[in-house]
Amino acid sequence: MSGGPAFGTRAPGALESVAGSARPRARRRVSGSRIFSWIIFLIGVLYFALPLYATLEFSLRTKVPFVAYTNVLFKDPQFSGSLLYSFVVGVITILVSLLIIVPTAYWVRLRLPRLRPIVEFVTLLPFVVPPLILVFGLLRAYSGPPLPLTGSELGLNVLVIAAYVVLSFPYMYRAVDSGLQAIDIRSLTEAAQSMGAGWPRILLRVIFPNIRVALLSGSFLTLAIVIGEYTIASFLVRPAFGPYLALLGRDKAFEPAAVTIISFGLTWIAMGMISLLGRGSRTRVQVAGAR
Amino acid sequence: MSYLELADIEKRYGDTAAVTGFNLKAERGEFVSFLGPSGCGKTTTLRMIAGFETPTVGTIMLDGEDITHKQPNKRNVGMVFQSYALFPNMTVADNIGFGLKVRKRPADQIRKRVAELLELINLPDKGGRYPYQLSGGQQQRIALARALAFEPQVLLLDEPLSALDAKIRVALRVEIRSIQRQLGITTVYVTHDQEEALSLSDRVVVMSEGHVEQIGTPFEVYNFPKTPFVASFVGTLNVLPASVVDAARGEVTIAGQTVRIARRFEGGSGKSVNIALRPEMVKLGDGPEGSNRVSGKVIDVGFLGSIVRIRVAVGGENGPVVSLDEFNEPTLKLPEVGETLTINFPADGPLVLDSAPADPAEVLLAEA
Repeated sequence: MSGGPAFGTRAPGALESVAGSARPRARRRVSGSRIFSWIIFLIGVLYFALPLYATLEFSLRTKVPFVAYTNVLFKDPQFSGSLLYSFVVGVITILVSLLIIVPTAYWVRLRLPRLRPIVEFVTLLPFVVPPLILVFGLLRAYSGPPLPLTGSELGLNVLVIAAYVVLSFPYMYRAVDSGLQAIDIRSLTEAAQSMGAGWPRILLRVIFPNIRVALLSGSFLTLAIVIGEYTIASFLVRPAFGPYLALLGRDKAFEPAAVTIISFGLTWIAMGMISLLGRGSRTRVQVAGAR
Repeated sequence: MSYLELADIEKRYGDTAAVTGFNLKAERGEFVSFLGPSGCGKTTTLRMIAGFETPTVGTIMLDGEDITHKQPNKRNVGMVFQSYALFPNMTVADNIGFGLKVRKRPADQIRKRVAELLELINLPDKGGRYPYQLSGGQQQRIALARALAFEPQVLLLDEPLSALDAKIRVALRVEIRSIQRQLGITTVYVTHDQEEALSLSDRVVVMSEGHVEQIGTPFEVYNFPKTPFVASFVGTLNVLPASVVDAARGEVTIAGQTVRIARRFEGGSGKSVNIALRPEMVKLGDGPEGSNRVSGKVIDVGFLGSIVRIRVAVGGENGPVVSLDEFNEPTLKLPEVGETLTINFPADGPLVLDSAPADPAEVLLAEA
């Protein structure tokens, strides 16, 4: 046998050379994909940060820096008044929404799972019916007897909260439902029942604490929607933050940009609160299985 | 009157009957197991005792009181779930004390009782932990303590060991029985594991397709099964088709080999019957004088640790298969696969089934 290695045998160093050439190629592939990831990440950051930076930069173009902020925060009583109004309305909306959604979602999951698609569809309706239609419907229905709610401040406040509760349905229901999905509500409910607990105790001591993070997520989403909402508040002539923002945009140059930055900051504070409150949660779910 | 009595219980979901004609009388302090395959109605029956399901027909009496339509939270029945169902937001101590808090017991009394129960389940230092910080076995012991804390009249356990690994399952099984004996609490235990049911219970209720097949002590159910289903489901069973040769003398042929059964057959010769043999009845070799001897070919030798399960095809490769167990010992000489050998069994060993088990897979299931 002469003239090179026989079939089935490997020339000395063949493996090393193959491996040696494969390794830098793999390394090149890894570093290539890492660069691509960074590019995507940077594009994402720019997409979100650039408009924000532009708004911030514009809000500071006044002769005296931060004057737009001080004007809004300290010299315009409408800012704090409308923000407080929207905040209070938002909190009431959250409470009403929780009272309606949590027992409904809980009961549907526990006893009426077949109704789930129907309930999901109903909660999606606010996405289909525009707020404009909703508010016109409310105005037509409640302008006269038997419930002339548009005739008084209290009536209009009730209407605006009712409309916001409807708007919050998709967000609140989904948040609560996914929270309930993460725990074995049937077993937890039955365990509590077997120990003598009634429905109020089961809901307040067992179910609510175990979906706390989901409730907070739904609540903050609702708050964010209510604080920024314009159409309903405007048509019902409510002194809310949304119409105030629109008015400000029409009359002033730098202040709307300052308010946008302030709103952004408030949103981040709210997000931080969710994560802070969520961190305290000890509701790590383990349905079954040995550790 | 018995302590816990289920009379003519029937549960229907539309046209489907989940449980029919269920009758049980359990005495105070008795440990009763519901044993059966999935979908036989054992959990539904347990849930009816707990109050999570309402019987369509029948009554449930507990200590002389009709609780058939009583709400689950008014029954004073403790329940342990397969999924533990510990409240994730509460510490172990809070979980155990939950039932006592519901009953508005004073805080110091709750603390004392929780400590007592933690001691009982050998986890005295785990009161401050959260469920997710414990292993599966520890969680189930906490669930047991929680179900016992408020001194229920009946303890219900719904496949409590199914989610645990084999070793912990056996250890916890012993612990459950010991605690039950110590407290003398009437207990109903649902399982599909025959070993669990046989080792734990005072009595076993074997169920199939929504009805009771047999109620008896583990000894009775295993050794004197009343139906082909019980015979096949409880323990491992070799079912061999046979043909009667001499009805009066109890002689039958299995794969062409004549054996004698210690009973008479009705009808004449040529009648087909099913002969059932427990593996422990069958031995390798010729056996003592008077034993039935049949020859066959070894088709499998399975090492199961403490025992070795040998499968022999009677009369040749295509004959009916007999499984037999030999205790493992270092000097044991195992046969080779393909080897032809003789096996023996006593004349009073086999059971004669009226019909073959409905589904041979059930036999395999029971073996598994």
